[in-house]
Amino acid sequence: MRRLVLILALLAAAPLAALQPDEVLDDPALEERAREISSGLRCMVCRNEAIDESNAPLARDMRLMVRERLVAGDTDEEVVQYIVDRYGEYALLNPRATGANWILWLAGPGMLLIGGGIAALYLRSRARAKAVADDDLSPEEAARLRTLLEE
Amino acid sequence: MITELGHFALVLAFIVALVQSVVPLIGAHYRWPGWIAVGEPAATTQLLLLGFSFVALTWAFVTSDFSLQLVTSNSHSDKPMIYKITGVWGNHEGSMLLWVLILALFGAMAAWFGGNLPPTLRARVLAVQGMIGVAFLAFILFTSNPFTRLAVPPFDGQDLNPLLQDPGLALHPPFLYLGYVGLSICFSFAVGALLEGRVDAAWGRWVRPWTLAAWVFLTIGIALGSWWAYYELGWGGFWFWDPVENASFMPWLLAVALLHSAIVVEKREALKSWTILLAILAFGFSLIGTFIVRSGLLTSVHAFANDPERGVFILLILAVFMGGALTLFAARANVMQARGVFGVASRESALVANNVLLAVSCFVVFVGTMWPMVAEMFLDRKLSVGAPFFNAAFTPFMVALGLILPVGAIMPWKRARIGRALHTLRFGLVLALAIGGLAWAMQTGNSLLGPVGLFLGAWLVSGAATDLWLRAGRTPDRLRRLPRADWGRAVAHSGFGVIMIGIAGLMAWEKEDIRVVQEGESWQMAGFTLTLNEVRELPYSPSEGRNYDSLMGIVTLARDGREIATLRPEKRNYPVARMPTTEAGIDYRVLRDVYVVLGDPQDNGGWAVRTYLKPLANWIWAGSALMALGGFISLSDRRYRVAAGARKSAATPATGGVPAE
Repeated sequence: MRRLVLILALLAAAPLAALQPDEVLDDPALEERAREISSGLRCMVCRNEAIDESNAPLARDMRLMVRERLVAGDTDEEVVQYIVDRYGEYALLNPRATGANWILWLAGPGMLLIGGGIAALYLRSRARAKAVADDDLSPEEAARLRTLLEE
Repeated sequence: MITELGHFALVLAFIVALVQSVVPLIGAHYRWPGWIAVGEPAATTQLLLLGFSFVALTWAFVTSDFSLQLVTSNSHSDKPMIYKITGVWGNHEGSMLLWVLILALFGAMAAWFGGNLPPTLRARVLAVQGMIGVAFLAFILFTSNPFTRLAVPPFDGQDLNPLLQDPGLALHPPFLYLGYVGLSICFSFAVGALLEGRVDAAWGRWVRPWTLAAWVFLTIGIALGSWWAYYELGWGGFWFWDPVENASFMPWLLAVALLHSAIVVEKREALKSWTILLAILAFGFSLIGTFIVRSGLLTSVHAFANDPERGVFILLILAVFMGGALTLFAARANVMQARGVFGVASRESALVANNVLLAVSCFVVFVGTMWPMVAEMFLDRKLSVGAPFFNAAFTPFMVALGLILPVGAIMPWKRARIGRALHTLRFGLVLALAIGGLAWAMQTGNSLLGPVGLFLGAWLVSGAATDLWLRAGRTPDRLRRLPRADWGRAVAHSGFGVIMIGIAGLMAWEKEDIRVVQEGESWQMAGFTLTLNEVRELPYSPSEGRNYDSLMGIVTLARDGREIATLRPEKRNYPVARMPTTEAGIDYRVLRDVYVVLGDPQDNGGWAVRTYLKPLANWIWAGSALMALGGFISLSDRRYRVAAGARKSAATPATGGVPAE
């Protein structure tokens, strides 16, 4: 137990800083792809941080894993799938548009349509209201109506 | 002794808040002047009591009274004085006390400066403010008491989280709370007006300065937090779409919408029900934010089980206030009839479009923030929603908003012609297109982000300039004599543009370099030469204000053989909390920051060093500052200080229709 505490204390005291020089791949094209993939992968033990930014040892493991698969010749999709197979959907910062996740992705556009529709109807009613007021009522009548409504 | 008095004052404040929420309300209903008059002294008393209570807690922190549980778990005798003081709100209980203190502050200000309100409306506003106070004081007293004593005080404390030991903590939370707790007064105004059964132009005029003040503070608070993250977290990110950040961003978006829709209520007596709804929801999102931050529900779903009592309590407060206000809203729909009439192309319509975009973008942030929890609870899917989603789903709304803003701002009330507005703005449009096109031609990559951001920024800034120019009747002499509200609007709108330029520049053209460097070695980065001269060890020494030990790199930054700056990135270790932090070395300049982070020592004796070039990073905070400044300028406009509202309310019913200004 005491040793465990000591190990934990050491781990806490000397964490790995984010992406390390020794992790960077020699091939700039592969490294670029690794970065692109990493920015969409979540450090599992952090708050909404991508693995590149995280200091956690687990994030380092994931960064190395991504690079290993890239060197082995995987496509970007295969690398991501590889990570998802091991860590689950939770590792994706960008949720896939599958199944119920469509609700998430369509929330914005859907709400824009609804909100825009209501706004359009409202604007039309306001524009029409003018026509009614202008055509059917004389100013005196309109003023009288208003005082009646006030009461 | 002082601690006990502070605790007692807290209990007294709770009782005063009870009185404040009941007596003026009954008084307003039966028109009893004596009961109506209770509101003001009650609000003042509540503020004084909470102020005393807060001072008492601060005293316990300053004197390191470790018989208080809160001080023990969040302070240490070696901590520098400034962090002993800021540590008061660097924890759950203390920050809740700050929360209610600010709530009471806004209540008292409404009492002091509400002299031009009808007495019954003022009584009702104060009563609603009192009710919020009752709810949160009960929350503090029953679940999160900051004055809990320890039976056996320890010899020393456990220190404050080292990430929070930064001047940022002194400013960021107080401003943030002034902002989102400040929205409570808009809520109270909305509910007060519904109870009163009267929502008119005068109401729009009263609620605007309060919304503006809350929004200005919220803007400052969020920008400070973002800057703090930028320099503290060690890689220069400024926004993470973290649930806790989103919690403050959602009320901000709705406050912007409210600010603009209240203008339509004031000038045109339209959009009344929507504005009332916004005022209710903006504070609702503040409460949701408080819930998200306090319950720990969204950081990890399991943290909820750690403290179900607090989470459930806030959820209950949220349900009661939102449920109550929305029911009242539905019941009083008849008092919110629109009067003003306007064409489909008009400033009113532009402000409606502004509101739709802001409300929908807030909804996107809300859904994205809550989705992981919903998916886990109802779909049994454990997933994350992070920055890539928000960047893709949120950004289009801001782009659309930026596109329509300059056009809407110069359109006249009632009836406008879009073609004519565009014609007026043609020079700005050409300039913005030229700048965007230039950026497009000069950059090597093919991302649209940078050019689009620069185009929008230039469009917004030139639009704001055109707006001022038109207001002054195209005569330079009259620019100085314009009402401050006009200047405020133009400054805030151009601030929005400056922020867009900053974000686009930073995200599109950032450069990064990671390498192992020996002491004395130099390296090149985007035309700069950096040299790590040495790495100094600074030992733990509280007497020098250093409650940590540190490794400090001395890095000189040079360009074309000329030394520009010396940067001192640090790796700190806080022995009490057993936690390391990084302090970046940053050379701030107008067009770019150079940002150096010292990493770990390597086996071969060198150091891991990360260097970033951050183009236009300062523009993000400069733009935020411009927005806040614009708000302050508007607030200082004279028509807010004169009791114009009272005149206007008397005049409105008599005139036929509402004249556009």
